[in-house]
Amino acid sequence: MAALGFSNETQLPAYLRKEQDKIEAVARQIGLDFFPTVFEILSYDRLNEVAAYGGFPTRYPHWRFGMEYERLAKSYEYGLSKIYEMVINTNPAIAYLLEGNSLTDQKLVMCHVYGHVDFFKNNFCFRSTDLDTLGRVVPTELSREGYDPNRRWIDKLANHGSVVRRLTARHGVEPVESFVDSCLSLENLVDPHSPFIVRRRIEEEAEEGPQEPVVPRLKSKDYMEGFINPEPYMEAEKQRLSSEQKSNKGRFPAEPEQDVLLFLIENAPLEKWERAVLTVIREEAYYFLPQMQTKIMNEGWASYNHSKLMTQHGVADFSEIVDYADNNAGVMATNGKSLNPYKLGVELYRHIEERWNKGQFGRDWDQCDDLDERRHWDLQLGLGTKKIFEVRSIYNDVTFLDEFLTPEFAFENKLFTFEWSERRGGYEVATREFQKVKQKLLGQLTNAGNPVIRVLDANHGNRGELLLRHDHQGVDLRVDYAERVLEALVRVWKRPVLVATKLEEQPVLIRFDGKDHSRVEGQP
Amino acid sequence: MTLKIDRDHSRFRDIVRGRIRQGLKKYISHGEMIGKKGKELVSIPIPHIDVPRFTFGSKNQGGVGQGDGKPGDPLDQGEGDQAGTGEAGQGEGDHVLEVDITLEELADILGEELSLPAIEDKGKSKIQSKKDKYTGIRRVGPESLRHFKRTYKEALKRSIASGTYSPDAPLIVPQADDKRFRSFRTDEQPVANAVIVYMMDVSGSMGDEQKEIVRIESFWIDTWLRRQYDGIESRYIIHDATAREVDRDTFFRTRESGGTMISSAYQLAADIIEKDYPASDWNIYPFHFSDGDNWSSDDTSLCMKILRERLVPVANMFAYGQVHSPYGSGQFIKDLREQMGTEEKVVLSDIPDREAIVRSIKDFLGKGR
Repeated sequence: MAALGFSNETQLPAYLRKEQDKIEAVARQIGLDFFPTVFEILSYDRLNEVAAYGGFPTRYPHWRFGMEYERLAKSYEYGLSKIYEMVINTNPAIAYLLEGNSLTDQKLVMCHVYGHVDFFKNNFCFRSTDLDTLGRVVPTELSREGYDPNRRWIDKLANHGSVVRRLTARHGVEPVESFVDSCLSLENLVDPHSPFIVRRRIEEEAEEGPQEPVVPRLKSKDYMEGFINPEPYMEAEKQRLSSEQKSNKGRFPAEPEQDVLLFLIENAPLEKWERAVLTVIREEAYYFLPQMQTKIMNEGWASYNHSKLMTQHGVADFSEIVDYADNNAGVMATNGKSLNPYKLGVELYRHIEERWNKGQFGRDWDQCDDLDERRHWDLQLGLGTKKIFEVRSIYNDVTFLDEFLTPEFAFENKLFTFEWSERRGGYEVATREFQKVKQKLLGQLTNAGNPVIRVLDANHGNRGELLLRHDHQGVDLRVDYAERVLEALVRVWKRPVLVATKLEEQPVLIRFDGKDHSRVEGQP
Repeated sequence: MTLKIDRDHSRFRDIVRGRIRQGLKKYISHGEMIGKKGKELVSIPIPHIDVPRFTFGSKNQGGVGQGDGKPGDPLDQGEGDQAGTGEAGQGEGDHVLEVDITLEELADILGEELSLPAIEDKGKSKIQSKKDKYTGIRRVGPESLRHFKRTYKEALKRSIASGTYSPDAPLIVPQADDKRFRSFRTDEQPVANAVIVYMMDVSGSMGDEQKEIVRIESFWIDTWLRRQYDGIESRYIIHDATAREVDRDTFFRTRESGGTMISSAYQLAADIIEKDYPASDWNIYPFHFSDGDNWSSDDTSLCMKILRERLVPVANMFAYGQVHSPYGSGQFIKDLREQMGTEEKVVLSDIPDREAIVRSIKDFLGKGR
């Protein structure tokens, strides 16, 4: 890790190295499959520094990291909270330990780290952080034997750092920094699915113009053709597609584009250096995206495994159990009534493990509505471990909860929804109804908690104005922020920018033309 | 050792101080410096600049929680950051930190943040009061102080030791030797040797926002002075055209209307001090908050007279804080500055809005008096 520059002073002391070897062996034994992991030990101010930079001490300079540092440093000084550990998704994985923690804590943290690294390596979301030899992102297929991807993000983010530093030297601190500010306002305008699918098909335009639209046919055997692809329906579809084609004629982009950042990089009238900065921001946004998409799963998995390693596989000896339990309880505590992702995740994995051990799944289980029978349902299949390893590979938070959150689980864990009450001037418990709780939870996790915003038209009103659309799902945008994002967008697009959304059920266009904000009711 | 982050950190500090990137200044939020007395939860202000994004409005969003409660029950606010293992840094942290903290610790933090000097005691005699505490046990004493449980225990021990105890008839008869009595120890307790006299203008021109500022400010002054003195007393005076002494609650709630005669408050304060707090034994802190719109210049000169003759000589410090109201002329602080500005003990501070509270506290307490 020469790139870090301080690997010598942060080497692990011998007694921890010994523990590391031991834990690594046990972790392999219980089936974890991780990248080589490098532990470094840091003093609290160093750890706060690294954490402020999101794990990468060589990142580009920006005041926002200084702000985060101040928050972390103050919290530590006042004894409010401290970071025990930090692990980053690279290959080899790098994990930072806090100097001066007790041995029990260090062991706990190491176990936790191996859980995370296993998750980084095996969960599909993180495939989008694999690089090719030139440092470009290449999503690869699912795990093979000896999967050993290039994830040298330390180098990549250090390169980003030197790009921004070089541009700063050439163009001055103020212009570069304020442009970075604008870009950061757009950071969440990304398409979480884009690394895995081909959104845009490059169609070869025939010279004589667009052809008749082809209606896709479902596969069928000859004699079923008339039933599966009925003629009247095919005709109506054809009509619809061709009228759509007509109305979309000349529209750009042809399809609404969710990767707003990419759209801007490709199409906005940017200076060369501005494009370089925006590219840096976009690549880092996509790097951190999988962690947002799997917060519950990732923390749950690490916690599930640290508790298993510590208590069932002898990493902690008897004298340490009380300290371990105390610390673990602190991590798992549900503070007040807020939801703790660690707790939710670990409980859900255990719930799945139990269900698959007892055979509580499949058709018979679903159709059984005898409560007593369900309670004592145990087919002794012992498939639990296999199932949770599969789950950790092929789900993200949304699909994880969608598939495995059961009414029983929600009841046992006392989940509820809360809403703002105008009368009380505060939040209050709304309902414990399962469907509503699940709906709310999924709604909050969808698109990593961000509103879905797409580029609709780059030549709105034939005036080169940029029109975005917010897919309104029942929750309004925060208007003062939206207006400031529009200011940032105008900085990039250099023409007026609009966003179509709904406010209090009314369709509204929010517009900024470079000088004034305005709001017009109605749809584009 | 220098850290890479230092550069970014000092750049952030410069933005907060308004030296660079002035455009961002208006987006700095400080969090609220307010203590919740009940659970002694306190937020600590850490400057924060939000990066605006397309995001959901928080009020109509709601969320999912975990725990007990029926539909319709309120949710506790301000669940703080969770200390624990994890990848920090990715999530959007809470901007205002809310912590369990004692008021003493809070005062220390305040002192450190504002680099307030410790207060020099005027060297007045510290009065100690004696108080008897019943904490010990003796073998002799009056019957009225007999410790029943201990006596019974001794009797039980003796009867078991001497073999007269039988589990079937567990009758215990204490003898003279068994008796134990409570005994007292004399504790010396420091008594209050400092008094804060809060005065507030509650005339029609003082609005709710102005009073909130006074409330926040006096909370912090109270916290700091309590840390500095072993015991402290507070007295509250409100005035419009006349002044009266009230309790703490009324002090912050009352809204009167009518004119303003500041002298009435000074008069009353001087009377209270002369009657209850002889200057030889007490550290005296009069604080006065007003929007600075006094009735007449005659009254203002009367104020100066009272200050010069009766208040300033006995006080450790006389503090005047002026809040801005839409109606007030704000003349009073100018008069004070003109006539009393050279007086060392008089501290004046202008508090235009909530953001200025911190600076104003520093004005008041920064001199170590």
